[in-house]
Amino acid sequence: MCLSIPSKVVSVDREKNTAVVDTMGVKREAGLDLMEEGSVNVDDYVLIHIGFVMNKIDEEDALESLKVYHEILAKLDEEERSRVVLEDDNCENRGAP
Amino acid sequence: MSELKLKDLYDGFRDPATIRMLAAQIGEAAKALHEPLRIMEVCGGHTHTIMKYGLPQVLPDNIDFIHGPGCPVCIMPKERIDHAIALARMDDTILVTLGDMIRVPGSQSSLAVERAAGRDIRPLYTPMDALKIAKEHPDKKVIFFAIGFETTTPMTAALLHAAIAQKVTNLYFHINHVLVPPAIDAIMSDGQAKINAFIGPSHVSVITGAKIYAPLPQKYSTPVVVCGFEPVDVMQGILMAVRQQAEGRAELEIEYSRSVTMEGNVKAQQLIDMYLQPRSHFRWRGIGDIPDSALELKPEFAHLDAEKVFAEVLPTEPIDDHKLCICGTILKGLAKPMECKVFGTACTPNSPLGSCMVSSEGACNAYYRYAGVLG
Ligand code: SF4
Ligand code: SF4
Repeated sequence: MCLSIPSKVVSVDREKNTAVVDTMGVKREAGLDLMEEGSVNVDDYVLIHIGFVMNKIDEEDALESLKVYHEILAKLDEEERSRVVLEDDNCENRGAP
Repeated sequence: MSELKLKDLYDGFRDPATIRMLAAQIGEAAKALHEPLRIMEVCGGHTHTIMKYGLPQVLPDNIDFIHGPGCPVCIMPKERIDHAIALARMDDTILVTLGDMIRVPGSQSSLAVERAAGRDIRPLYTPMDALKIAKEHPDKKVIFFAIGFETTTPMTAALLHAAIAQKVTNLYFHINHVLVPPAIDAIMSDGQAKINAFIGPSHVSVITGAKIYAPLPQKYSTPVVVCGFEPVDVMQGILMAVRQQAEGRAELEIEYSRSVTMEGNVKAQQLIDMYLQPRSHFRWRGIGDIPDSALELKPEFAHLDAEKVFAEVLPTEPIDDHKLCICGTILKGLAKPMECKVFGTACTPNSPLGSCMVSSEGACNAYYRYAGVLG
């Protein structure tokens, strides 16, 4: 099931065309191949799917949904949290309709 | 806590007060309906939300859900999984694919069984890892079994793009990317299902834009609402559809405006167009052949196309689900899972006979787990 937790861009590597994003405290790298050059910048909110940035999310909307996720995830310890985040990101069926 | 799954987390999005409020509004709006609203939710993710949160119970009787073709995992016909197995059995081969596909049964085996038997089959976290594996094993053929609807297609295109740019020659592609609009068209033009509204999945439209549904409202006089996956999103989407129907409108609307636009991700669409083209036929597990409902590599990339390069090892016979299985009828909106004679007995999530029970997003699977039919 796709939760689509918004991620915040921490840094951008223009050379490799990748970004490091932070999803609820879990950091990982994501490809920028699907995004127009220069369109993704530090502090932007984005949606990640199977290792790629799929699109940007309006900051206000992102913060709104992050509030909800935070409340739930606050109840988990670190390890569980990172598992949940990675599992969401990797929802293989997200290719689904 | 260790057994906690994403699906449990999802509970947090169930705000009872909001859902009740929306249910009341829907009830009010539904009084003006001249005929019952039969809404098809195309995506298994929506089916899941609807069943898990018991949405039918809070909605008026004149609103009925019809479950659509669902998930890329459910609709993968057995012969395509047999392809993956045949490829994995070749010498000096590493077969790579995305998660769930590994569990799905083909006609005689599954990738999980093959892996246990010693074949080199690897789940990927991101398609880009296929490139890394190919570079690390120049002496092996690495075959990417690509699955998914419009949402994952651009990632495959990005991988193709990178492999070609970096002159990696031992990475091949078996393309199983399917398309939502032709499937809807097939179900509607069949005419039996009598669907009069759709909620469309948001993730597809993040890539394609909502515009892919633009012809439907006119062609079939059906409202289409592109909708998120949280229960509140689904309720909101239903309200929008009911209002349209009550006011005699049939339009394309976006509920999930926080990430969906009409145009979608244009860069991603261009990337797909560079490498992939419509495939004249694709057989959907449970539904059958639907013309132009999937993609294939363009002819100029035939040397990367596992279906062409390794054609001699690939079985060609179509293989149907079990005779008793009525998935096709369910996916066309003509029956509910409980009407199947083997539902919950010979067919369960642990030993699925048909596509609708295979993936956790399938209609039979969702009914099995949430409808409480089995107590
Ligand atoms: S069907 Fe799909 S996109 Fe949709 S929620 Fe499931 S897994 Fe994610
Ligand atoms: S219960 Fe099993 S056999 Fe029956 S329709 Fe569903 S998937 Fe097919």
